[in-house]
Amino acid sequence: MQVHKYDVVIVGAGGAGMRAAIESGQRAHTAVLTKLYPTRSHTGAAQGGMCAALANVEEDNWEWHTFDTVKGGDYLVDQDAAEVMAKEAIDAVLDLEKMGLPFNRTPEGKIDQRRFGGHTRDHGKAAVRRACYAADRTGHMILQTLYQNCVKHNVEFYNEYYVLDMLMVEEDAYREDGTAYKQKRVAGVVSYDLATGELHIFQAKSVVFATGGAGKVFKTTSNAHTLTGDGMGIAFRKGIPLEDMEFVQFHPTGLAGLGILLSEAARGEGAILRNSEGERFMERYAPTIKDLAPRDIVARSMANEVREGRGCGPNKDYVLLDLTHLEPAHIDAKLPDITEFARTYLGVEPYTEPVPVFPTAHYVMGGIPTNIDAEVLQDNDTVIPGLYAAGEVACVSVHGSNRLGTNSLLDINVFGKRAGLSAAKYAATADFVELPEDPEKFTSTQIDAMLNSTGTERVAVLRKELQDIMDANVQVFRDKDSLDRALVVIEELRERYKNVSVQDKGKRFNLDLLEAIELGFLLDMAEVMTAAAMHRKESRGGHYREDFPNRDDENFMKHSMSYRDATATTEGISGIRMETKPVIFTRYQPMERKY
Amino acid sequence: MSTELPEPASKIELKPGVGGGGEIPTFNITLRVRRYTPESTADAYWEDFKLTMYGTDRVLDALHKVKWEHDGSLSFRRSCAHGVCGSDAMRINGRNRLACKTLLKDLDTSKPITVEAIKGLPLEKDLIVDMEPFFQSYREIMPFLINDGHEPSGERYQSAADHAKFEDTTKCILCAACTSSCPVFWTDGQYFGPAAIVNAHRFIFDSRDDAGDMRLEILNDKEGVWRCRTTFNCTEACPRGIQVTQAIAEVKQAILSRTV
Ligand SMILES: Cc1cc2nc3c(=O)[nH]c(=O)nc-3n(C[C@H](O)[C@H](O)[C@H](O)COP(=O)(O)OP(=O)(O)OC[C@H]3O[C@@H](n4cnc5c(N)ncnc54)[C@H](O)[C@@H]3O)c2cc1C
Ligand code: SF4
Ligand code: FES
Repeated sequence: MQVHKYDVVIVGAGGAGMRAAIESGQRAHTAVLTKLYPTRSHTGAAQGGMCAALANVEEDNWEWHTFDTVKGGDYLVDQDAAEVMAKEAIDAVLDLEKMGLPFNRTPEGKIDQRRFGGHTRDHGKAAVRRACYAADRTGHMILQTLYQNCVKHNVEFYNEYYVLDMLMVEEDAYREDGTAYKQKRVAGVVSYDLATGELHIFQAKSVVFATGGAGKVFKTTSNAHTLTGDGMGIAFRKGIPLEDMEFVQFHPTGLAGLGILLSEAARGEGAILRNSEGERFMERYAPTIKDLAPRDIVARSMANEVREGRGCGPNKDYVLLDLTHLEPAHIDAKLPDITEFARTYLGVEPYTEPVPVFPTAHYVMGGIPTNIDAEVLQDNDTVIPGLYAAGEVACVSVHGSNRLGTNSLLDINVFGKRAGLSAAKYAATADFVELPEDPEKFTSTQIDAMLNSTGTERVAVLRKELQDIMDANVQVFRDKDSLDRALVVIEELRERYKNVSVQDKGKRFNLDLLEAIELGFLLDMAEVMTAAAMHRKESRGGHYREDFPNRDDENFMKHSMSYRDATATTEGISGIRMETKPVIFTRYQPMERKY
Repeated sequence: MSTELPEPASKIELKPGVGGGGEIPTFNITLRVRRYTPESTADAYWEDFKLTMYGTDRVLDALHKVKWEHDGSLSFRRSCAHGVCGSDAMRINGRNRLACKTLLKDLDTSKPITVEAIKGLPLEKDLIVDMEPFFQSYREIMPFLINDGHEPSGERYQSAADHAKFEDTTKCILCAACTSSCPVFWTDGQYFGPAAIVNAHRFIFDSRDDAGDMRLEILNDKEGVWRCRTTFNCTEACPRGIQVTQAIAEVKQAILSRTV
């Protein structure tokens, strides 16, 4: 086992991690640990754009953008954070442009902007062109540009190093009012080198988590195989709360059975949804705006058609996205990539055949709670010195209960940069926290147990059962019964997980072992998501309870905070403690969310 | 919406089969994988797996089926599973492709489908190679915008026409399918290889960049563009449809004329 010492350690090399690294790397001795080569990160899959009120093509300003973000999140957004993000959006885009990002341009040569769902002028008066983009590869270009600049600044990467644990100590401390509490402090992380199977301890003054989302909890998802909620899981096990985990965004149009995303742009260009009877069913659910209703409404309508037996295909489990009334030339000009996905992966020719689609788990709004400086909180307001989180793993919270399209690529840049700056600044004056004794013990024990287990359970079997149960019960429709059903299975799977064994017993590139460890994170995330969904007895944004179909501001205008706590029980689930945290209001009072 | 479209019909007749019902077609394949497990066996060997697969399955699905249901030790990289992250370039029936973008039904399933690691990079285990030499060449061409002139307070302008000059090469996902299909690279590992040249092209032809001359000088090296023998393997292998050979030709031309 080797021990490395850095001022700053960043975990994750997607957009958020590399944006942090560019800042931190120029100011402090920094290492980036990532389980994937940086350019393999899922930021590269983002299509649509990154928004900022540049006003390059029409009047716009950051205040309108703040309002849209707050309203889009169904008022569960912390408004101070949304303001910061909307204000700093403009510099975030300009930073990327100066780093070399090849944005699409207007005829005058300025960064071009286009419309996206929920982004409006003057508080909802009309759609506004706010999304900066590079064809339908905006995320790819952001990821490449950030990596290029990391190369430029000689950022030190440890590629294919899986972080599996965080080293943390607790100290006795006193609050201003004299009450005693345990102050958490971070000492470093434990990582597993894929190539050799060796454990490496990284001691650091500052640690930044930027490990992305957890979409693989679900079967149908637009997320990569590697998005298994590792960062959230590690924090959770260390007693750090997870905020608003009931809020997962399901994007209406994933390729059926695969989950691969077909951007909202398809419906923007005139595509419509049909059921097995050939009916344009959105006419019934949203008579005025029909197929262009907000993401959560369209996703629920689709799921309802399938539930009522009007789904298509051999298993009647999807609906159709119909582009056949559009001119092929129009499709080619506006939707080249996604129509190619339909051809390649489903063998469907969108010119002449409708494309099978179904809602796909897309984005986790919740995550590790932070303040606007990306500092991680151990409860509602106590900062853990030296610990930061940014990107999809974090919850600042700028997305509230529903993220607007193009706001995540923005989030990772704004708060990634802030995390890098905060981490370097803290490291400049702080001391190392002493490593606990046997720092690798938890991880080495876990790995040895997996490798030596003679258990009969297989990772792939448990994972499939988990994903199936989550899709069936915790997707766009939820109620007490469905959540109960999910919880019974999750608890059963958690038991069976103890009996999991891996076939690959080697040290080199043992991905079999890592899939087993990732499954552990997935099980934890599924449990928290379901518990938080059980706790929130209302419907808001991405969380829809059929037994509580309305938003209930009186009882639920607050963030949920789930803690791992062996002694607690929440909603009949032992081992989780549920608390709440007030929402921060600055300018806007809650209104009904109508478009 | 940019153009006014006629309102689509609120109900249409669907073709039989589209509306629902029926069986999902399956077929049988033999997946023949080149295994290399240095911890237990010194030499690489072929192993066959007989699998039943579905119509929309890709080579990656077949590999997953082996790993998840038959032999957990089979090792390969993958992440996005839809052709955007560049993790899973491999030799499939002798040609470099992404496993996640290659549908089984497009291959000849009457014969075994062979899958091997890409060539020219050190083999680590099964389908996994050491990517470091590949990224080393990439880093050597200085793959970042260099601009020593006046830093504007706002954005740098760029015309759509100037943007179009290098847009094709910005699509690269660094999968190494091109470089590891190049016969020159196989025999001379020092050669920069097509991917590095593609990424140099991306900056050399970017109107905002000032270091084109430096990059051209680097590629004018004996291990640079002149080693390219225009075999076109790279262009055929590129899963992003980048005109790799043309990009290399444009760089050669630029070195000769130093027009940038
Ligand atoms: C198909 C798709 C399209 C999208 N389109 C848009 C869009 O148009 N606009 C928009 O704003 N948003 C979009 N989003 C959302 C947005 O792309 C993501 O939320 C965002 O890119 C997440 O970035 P990140 O840096 O937080 O995480 P990621 O890019 O996922 O990076 C995570 C990093 O963490 C590392 N990591 C994970 N676990 C570990 C571990 N245990 N140890 C070490 N390293 C680890 C990984 O190696 C990786 O480098 C889209 C998302 C998807 C899936
Ligand atoms: S040019 Fe094409 S084949 Fe070569 S690395 Fe880039 S994407 Fe892969
Ligand atoms: S898995 Fe990402 S390109 Fe194939």
